[in-house]
Amino acid sequence: MPEITREEVAHLARLARLALDDAELDRLAGQLDVILGAVAQIAEVTDAADVPPTSHAVPLENVTRPDVVVPSLPRDKVLAGAPAAEDGRFRVPRILGEEA
Amino acid sequence: MSDLTRLTAAETAAAIRDRSTSAVEVAQAHLDRIARVDGQVHAFLHVDAEGALAQAKRVDAGELTGPLAGVPLALKDVLTMEGVPTTCGSRILEGWRPPYDATVTRRLKEAGVVILGKTNMDEFAMGSSTEHSAYGPTSNPWDLTRIPGGSGGGSSAALASYQAPLAIGTDTGGSIRQPASVTGTVGVKPTYGGVSRYGLVAFSSSLDQAGPCARTVLDAALLHEVIAGHDPRDSTSIDAPVPPVVEAAQARDLAGLRVGVVTELSGEGYEPGVQARFDEAVQLLRDLGATVTEVSCPHFVYALPAYYLIAPSEASSNLARFDAVRYGLRVGDDGERSLEEVMALTRDIGFGPEVKRRIILGTYALSSGYYDAYYGQAQKVRTLITRDFQRAWESVDVLVAPTCPTVAFPLGAKLEDPLAMYRQDVASIPANLYGGPAASFPAGLSEGLPVGLQVMAPTLRDDLLYRVGAAFEQACPAPVPSLDWES
Repeated sequence: MPEITREEVAHLARLARLALDDAELDRLAGQLDVILGAVAQIAEVTDAADVPPTSHAVPLENVTRPDVVVPSLPRDKVLAGAPAAEDGRFRVPRILGEEA
Repeated sequence: MSDLTRLTAAETAAAIRDRSTSAVEVAQAHLDRIARVDGQVHAFLHVDAEGALAQAKRVDAGELTGPLAGVPLALKDVLTMEGVPTTCGSRILEGWRPPYDATVTRRLKEAGVVILGKTNMDEFAMGSSTEHSAYGPTSNPWDLTRIPGGSGGGSSAALASYQAPLAIGTDTGGSIRQPASVTGTVGVKPTYGGVSRYGLVAFSSSLDQAGPCARTVLDAALLHEVIAGHDPRDSTSIDAPVPPVVEAAQARDLAGLRVGVVTELSGEGYEPGVQARFDEAVQLLRDLGATVTEVSCPHFVYALPAYYLIAPSEASSNLARFDAVRYGLRVGDDGERSLEEVMALTRDIGFGPEVKRRIILGTYALSSGYYDAYYGQAQKVRTLITRDFQRAWESVDVLVAPTCPTVAFPLGAKLEDPLAMYRQDVASIPANLYGGPAASFPAGLSEGLPVGLQVMAPTLRDDLLYRVGAAFEQACPAPVPSLDWES
């Protein structure tokens, strides 16, 4: 089935927020084609048609806890691990297109 | 006392309890050994000498007690430890110091276990050789030119080179068992949900499971008991008693146990030496009183492709959290670039090639038009693999197979061939997809390198692994590496 093109890999990289350079795109396209060719053999499993999918190994129902306020991690400690913080918040690069 | 680094965890704890040594002495002996040999092995990414000695002092002061109080341990760098660098083998988390302890870390600390440091791993636990670490590979103590397995190669190498008697690994597709196999050590993947994932940096959430690594079966069981059990902070944690693993680890025979040899996990791709050791191991299980039959699990041959759709899909979602905002690296924030550009640049520079391959693969498998054929089909195959296990349990108590189709291969041999690397986990992945417990036990040598016997058991019957492992260990003692490279 596969045959993944360089353009498709570039599109996927944009979706995944990965700024791959040209050399990476070339290399990845070839490797992904080989990998997809191998994983595509699951299409051979014909007795899967009416089988329910498993998303999780342990059958679980919703897990709830009492609605009681408990302390969360101290804000300063959490922000200390961030690349940039300001006024008790994460500081991010500009989000909108306009001039800063 | 003689060399404190050669003792088992059980012996070490006993010696500390009866005061023939102290926890501080034990910790110092291991820190000294790390300083002497880890330049050649590179098992550790970070050594926390100060924290280890402080914890050891608390044990010696009687503040912390328990069956493993004072025993040193190497912690895989994918579990958070408050204030201590946690990188997951990735540049993207370089320098990050977590603000909290994983539940596994907290339980270890409360049990008086002395955490020596954080061990090397394939980036975000994606790999089978530890060569995908951003901080350089780890060597196998049996032969420094060979891989120590992966992703938990730092943990397995620390055990095999006597830098620690205990270690923690995590197993998504074999990352505890394959490293154990190729280093001649014991590695156990508990039942999914048996050990809390709180503070375990997520790779594939429906598969990730932390577990014990050690040089003996009893040591692994003692560690299993410390880290296992329900945790309200992990909603997938099972609220049931921990199986009686320590008791099971004292078994001496296998009378009445029904063992199934998996037909599909042998033959092409399995090295003759690995197959020979496995066949001998099965004969030993018979000699120990087990009845052995062959069991066919026809869908196991599709476990590898199903895994390489499910795990990358979950990873592509989980690793979205590395966004250059909340922790770790940020590249190119020059006031000109937008958030999205900074994010994409940071992720390109911060992630290594294997992680990028899997993110793209997962993004592809989840994209519209391909979802049903890839991810959806893989989840159905997962159901069929689970049914193969359930059918097997109608006739046998445990399943066995080689852990890994090969012995440790030379560093670099599979780096440019991702598929060949993935095939290392061909026999270990079925248990992850099913969720039941599985372990690797040392089963002798092939060409001078360790081979592993894998045992798989029904969900929440982790004790059966230890029963088989303990009896097998008596009959087939673990091989001891010469470590002739030590200067």
